[in-house]
Amino acid sequence: MATSVTAHAHAGPQGFIRKYIFSLDHKVIGIQYFFLALTAVWVGMFLSLLMRIHLLWPGVTLPLVGDIKPETYLSLLTMHGTIMVFFVLTTAPQGGFGNYFLPIQIGAPDMAFPVLNMLSFWTTFVAFVVIIAAFFVSGGAPLHGWTGYPPLSALQSAGPGEGLGADLWITSIAIFCLASLMGALNFLTTTLDMRAKGMTMMRMPLTVWSWFITAILGLLAFGVLLSAGILLLMDRNMGTSFYVPLVVVNGQIMGHKGGSPLLWQHLFWFFGHPEVYIAILPGMGVASQILSTFSRKPIFGYKAMVYAMLAIGFFGFMVWGHHMFMSGMSPYSAFAFSLLTMCIGVPSAIKTFNWLGTMYKARIRFQTPMLYAIGFVSLFVSGGLSGPFLAQPVLDIQLHDTYFVVGHFHLIMGVAAIFGMFAATYYWVPKMFGRMMNETWGRIHFFITLAGTYAIFMPMHYLGIAGGTRRYSQYTEVAYLQKLMPLHQFMTYAAIITIAAQFIFVINLFWSIFRGPKASDNPWESTTLEWTTATPPPHDNFGGVTPVVHNGPYEYAVPGAARDFVMQTDPAAGTTH
Amino acid sequence: MATYVPSRPGDQVGGGGDVPRPPNGGGDDGRYPDSNLPNYGARLRRARLGLICAIATVSMVFVSLTSAYIVRRGLPTFDESSRTYFRDWGSVQLPWLLLTINTALLLISSLTIEKARRNITRSAALAPVRSIPGISLDEERSFPWLGVTILLGFGFLIGQWMAWGELKGRGFFVNTNPNSSFIYLLTAAHAVHLAGGVVAMLWAGATSLLHRPVEGRRIAVDVTAWYWHFMAVLWLYIFALLAFVH
Ligand code: HEM
Ligand SMILES: [Cu+2]
Repeated sequence: MATSVTAHAHAGPQGFIRKYIFSLDHKVIGIQYFFLALTAVWVGMFLSLLMRIHLLWPGVTLPLVGDIKPETYLSLLTMHGTIMVFFVLTTAPQGGFGNYFLPIQIGAPDMAFPVLNMLSFWTTFVAFVVIIAAFFVSGGAPLHGWTGYPPLSALQSAGPGEGLGADLWITSIAIFCLASLMGALNFLTTTLDMRAKGMTMMRMPLTVWSWFITAILGLLAFGVLLSAGILLLMDRNMGTSFYVPLVVVNGQIMGHKGGSPLLWQHLFWFFGHPEVYIAILPGMGVASQILSTFSRKPIFGYKAMVYAMLAIGFFGFMVWGHHMFMSGMSPYSAFAFSLLTMCIGVPSAIKTFNWLGTMYKARIRFQTPMLYAIGFVSLFVSGGLSGPFLAQPVLDIQLHDTYFVVGHFHLIMGVAAIFGMFAATYYWVPKMFGRMMNETWGRIHFFITLAGTYAIFMPMHYLGIAGGTRRYSQYTEVAYLQKLMPLHQFMTYAAIITIAAQFIFVINLFWSIFRGPKASDNPWESTTLEWTTATPPPHDNFGGVTPVVHNGPYEYAVPGAARDFVMQTDPAAGTTH
Repeated sequence: MATYVPSRPGDQVGGGGDVPRPPNGGGDDGRYPDSNLPNYGARLRRARLGLICAIATVSMVFVSLTSAYIVRRGLPTFDESSRTYFRDWGSVQLPWLLLTINTALLLISSLTIEKARRNITRSAALAPVRSIPGISLDEERSFPWLGVTILLGFGFLIGQWMAWGELKGRGFFVNTNPNSSFIYLLTAAHAVHLAGGVVAMLWAGATSLLHRPVEGRRIAVDVTAWYWHFMAVLWLYIFALLAFVH
């Protein structure tokens, strides 16, 4: 039986610029996204460190940064959140790993529109430069948080940083929206149209499904954020009143009247809730792939996994109101939003049980990618369980805008998604760079990071229940919050240790890329298409061969097969045709 | 391992069975695998799929603007002097005649670009025949429908610009009242998207001057034409919104 069709082999472009800078090769673009996100995550992490230090020692003058005034704290917070959500959680899982592995996993030589792909990366890059520029303009970075609520975000005179800094912030996000839209269009077309022969939708690896569904969410959500941002820019610079009611700033009546800050909240969260799934879905895909591979068992309930992701994507567009229970919305809408939000718990639980089912009674290979995939499941559960509490309007009256929410979304969106990226990095770096990462240091990094993130974010829940408000720069002057300071101290120390441990990761990464032991073509004995080709893959991915697919993606432990796994390109497993 | 019953292909646990799938031209990079020749059929399908995605996105932009329009229209505002609430939506006298002329231009341009699309589809289909030595079909100099469409497109944009001028002349600026803000916003957002279509047509025209293969140009014209039709429908929608929900 012929397993492949020979085709022409493309030579890659020569010359440094065409090959590494303005490359059209999805693999190079994926790596570019990856390193952009890696840069962004260090910036974001540094900002969080400054915040944690300021909370303990509000008076100290830091080297390089100087005094942290209350407004400086707010700009740190804003830039931390924005950079992390957009340039890390949205950039690395989808733009980075998705770009690199989606075409290979479906057996395509590249993305559907390579030029557009290059444009999306460079547009993202410009967006990043623009947002970083906000630090350096007069007034500094904006204060309004990653959610950018007006009127604070809509008035130039609302505070330092709300001038040019805020304009740059909005512009950066608008540019980011364009980049993400181009990316989503490319992902969708590629998945629908470029699958190799035999790669039916229901044979796609769950990673591909997750990138595909993420792209659908992106395509529908980013356009809404874009228009919301344009309205905000107009309110700020053209004297319109979409969002700004009659307001008085420093005793002065502003020229606006009649706008509604809630309009922004609706538009923002209509984007914002799907956005949180944009951040987490690729992690779910990677976790599924890795759990199955290292358990040496087929993923439990493949179809259920696909339908659960589709359901999450679908419901994700109908729950944005749960961020606005405290905005004075009608109790009837609050009830509806609450109910719909609880519905998302069902597919989320299905996924969790399927992951556990996959590991049940398996001979698990506890290597670093697997540890991180298990860590992902753990954090997804811990962070997810607080969701249904927040989804009760009655409880949310107490919990909204407290550290409870900060704990919730950091565990689930912040750290779970980051664990997905770590898992993906340890799993795929051998394929991307042809070298294995160090196992021992990988494990050490894992255990410190797992313990560290729980130590940072778990106490936040207690803090929130005790009424610890979020987005305050100083807790030392408020009597009832003063009592919570020991918790803050604990969290800050945990953060310092956890951040320090990330040096292990980058050193391991760069050392391995250059010095690590050479990786074979299929070091993890996985089944999907990227492991059938050379390491690292040639310019057209399969070296002039078009793969033909005969099997589902997770055929492990197939009876009668020579090995305990059957590659997707192997002759049909266990059957006689 | 003994307790675990592994999947067989076709079981749902292993993910998908061995369902035969007809080759769909996928898995390629738009070339025929055996000859390395460009596969224009695959490329056209791919471009159209991309266009559908783009249209979905642009629709979401205008859906969100519409919802903002309707919400803002219903909002009360506080009047400081009388200390009461009132609706500040305000009215705007639109230059209806001019807008109607612009609408007509755009609809006509939709027809002309459809002409261009059909013509180039035919020449693309005939291209292989024409390349057979000894066969000469009459070289029909077809009417430059694409050029006409570009002119009409510019006409529409200039017309919209004039409509803005008239609005300003009547004292309606972008910040006069929320109604006028939305009028400027919606028309500008549409004009930007439409200008994108004009750029695409200019590009398609430029490639024809460069003697690129007609099959490739056909894809550009085809996709631009469908996008242009979408722009016309979008404009009709905005026009109706401004006319009936003001
Ligand atoms: C069962 C699933 C979930 C439920 C029921 C749930 C519920 C909620 C609710 C009600 C809030 C609003 C709390 C408030 O502001 O008072 C919230 C906030 C948040 N959730 Fe979730 N959530 C779930 C899963 C997720 C997931 C999977 C993510 C991300 C991957 C996520 C990310 C966030 C973020 C980022 C915020 C806070 C945004 C902010 O105010 O800055 N949630 N969640
Ligand atoms: Cu939400």
